[in-house]
Amino acid sequence: MRTTTVVLGGGQSGLAMSHCLSARSIDHVVLERNEVANSWRRDRWDSLRLLTPNWQCRLPGHAYQGDDPDGFMMASEVADFLAEYAKRIGAPVIGGTTVTSVRRTEDGYAVGSDQGEWLCTAVVVATGAFNVPAIPAFAEAVPSNVTTITAMDYRNPDQLGEGGVMVVGASATGVQLASEIRRSGREVVLSVGEHVRGPRSYRGQDIHWWMEVAGVLDERYDEVDDIVRARRVPSMQLAGSDERATFDLNALTAMGVKLVGRLAGVRDGQAQFSGSLRNKCELADLKLGRLLDTIDEWAVTSGQDGSVSAPHRFEPTRVDSSPRLGLDLTSGEIETIVWSTGFRPDYSWLEVDVLDQKGMIRHDGGVVDSPGMYLLGNPFLRRRKSSFIDGSRADAEDLIVELSAYLDRRASSSTR
Amino acid sequence: MTTTDTPVNNGVNVEALLGARTALTEAPEAAAFTWRATCEWQNGTHSQSIVEDFFGLGEEQRHRTRYSFEADHPEIFASEDNGATPVEYVLVALASCLTAGVAAVAQNREIQLRSVSATLEGSMDVRGILGMDSDVRNGFGDIKVSYKIDADASPDDIKALVAQSQKRSAVYDIITNPTNITVEVN
Repeated sequence: MRTTTVVLGGGQSGLAMSHCLSARSIDHVVLERNEVANSWRRDRWDSLRLLTPNWQCRLPGHAYQGDDPDGFMMASEVADFLAEYAKRIGAPVIGGTTVTSVRRTEDGYAVGSDQGEWLCTAVVVATGAFNVPAIPAFAEAVPSNVTTITAMDYRNPDQLGEGGVMVVGASATGVQLASEIRRSGREVVLSVGEHVRGPRSYRGQDIHWWMEVAGVLDERYDEVDDIVRARRVPSMQLAGSDERATFDLNALTAMGVKLVGRLAGVRDGQAQFSGSLRNKCELADLKLGRLLDTIDEWAVTSGQDGSVSAPHRFEPTRVDSSPRLGLDLTSGEIETIVWSTGFRPDYSWLEVDVLDQKGMIRHDGGVVDSPGMYLLGNPFLRRRKSSFIDGSRADAEDLIVELSAYLDRRASSSTR
Repeated sequence: MTTTDTPVNNGVNVEALLGARTALTEAPEAAAFTWRATCEWQNGTHSQSIVEDFFGLGEEQRHRTRYSFEADHPEIFASEDNGATPVEYVLVALASCLTAGVAAVAQNREIQLRSVSATLEGSMDVRGILGMDSDVRNGFGDIKVSYKIDADASPDDIKALVAQSQKRSAVYDIITNPTNITVEVN
């Protein structure tokens, strides 16, 4: 089979790109291992809701139309939203197709799958950056009396034993799971390394509204000091809820979640925590202060200062005077460990030499280090919001310019 | 950050450090360093340690000169007090590592330092090392570091300097996180 462009993945990024390709009449297919928005439908926990407000769910030629613009969609509603988008734009999605290889040919790429092979000039990798859980190597040293589960396999607290739970990792995922498991009545210890603190609301507005209007979400990948680092920063501790609740560490402490430092290792059945908890919290508090400074400055310079409530600062993160440094995993105190230590992409099918030493695709703002190959949907791909639905829109609209210019160059050189 | 007529100078060559980072991204094997010390027992609890050579950037390296360190215990432990105790060297290592970090980060952020001083305290229940109570750990119960910094920056920017220095500090990491140690007798 032959087409001009193959888009790998039928999530928000792949569909946004499909719309942009159709708008330029570029022949393409979208290969999807299952059905549109598969990860949203199948690979996440039951209570997951989008952490960006509904009004911010914008895709090229599509936006949230419901009656709750300030609310937060459930994961299944996100999947429905994307399925509706796919239908509306007539995206040429070929579902139930697992891509097994992508390799270079003389004039483009060959995409192998369990449904046959496509030959194409350009490839858009929109398979997502969160395909497989990243678990520390010392996980295998956890004693066998403790059950371990990853954030990808976790669905709800009923899956877990009645005993204590240690949630490892305090990104958006970790704080949401710690909170939900604590509310189920279980004792919860949360292991906290580097994290990004965020309030749900500030000065009467959603934090994502502030970050959008103040230009934070649009900060470009070529404007930040250290893009390699920026791409590895954990997600802000946020969740979508009807109560618009804040999920920072103080909120968790108030619920009875016990904070410990980063899980540094497991030795002889003992979990060992770093003594760096206080500094990690101080770093997060300072970073939040800088974000709020940026917001307050924007409010003044944009003339909005009078129309929102007064600036204020949040209580510093409360940390015990001497947080625990060890926990005997053989004692029965902890029955389950939930790894929310992040995800990584799965590029096992990629046979083009574009991976760096960390197994990530080498690219410049989504233009991959291989002619005619593009990447979409990864954290800070082109801007801070790249991993959000609204970021898919902006990035796809940028990258279609690159992609179609590449096709034009190819066309003009072959007719010369 | 500050704007002054004279460029910020804390005596740290940030360009060289950033250049090293670029070079090491391309040749990560050169980033593998081995730091060394040798130690010779003198008498009683007194020992002398020497630091002179190390390995890095793919080859053997040498300090400008040979440094020696006397370590002993104080007289209240019935020792001769020929030098600082080993745990005080840990405090020295932490203080000097964090302080070097403060200077480097300040240079990188274009913050002029005027003075930086640190006071460190490590608290210890010596019943641990005396083997009197197995519930008492041998090492420090906790370490307190107190900085006084005079610089052309806001209090929050100065706090951020110290926080970032901890984040990038080798000794801070060595103290706060477990490290595997292999001790052989030949």
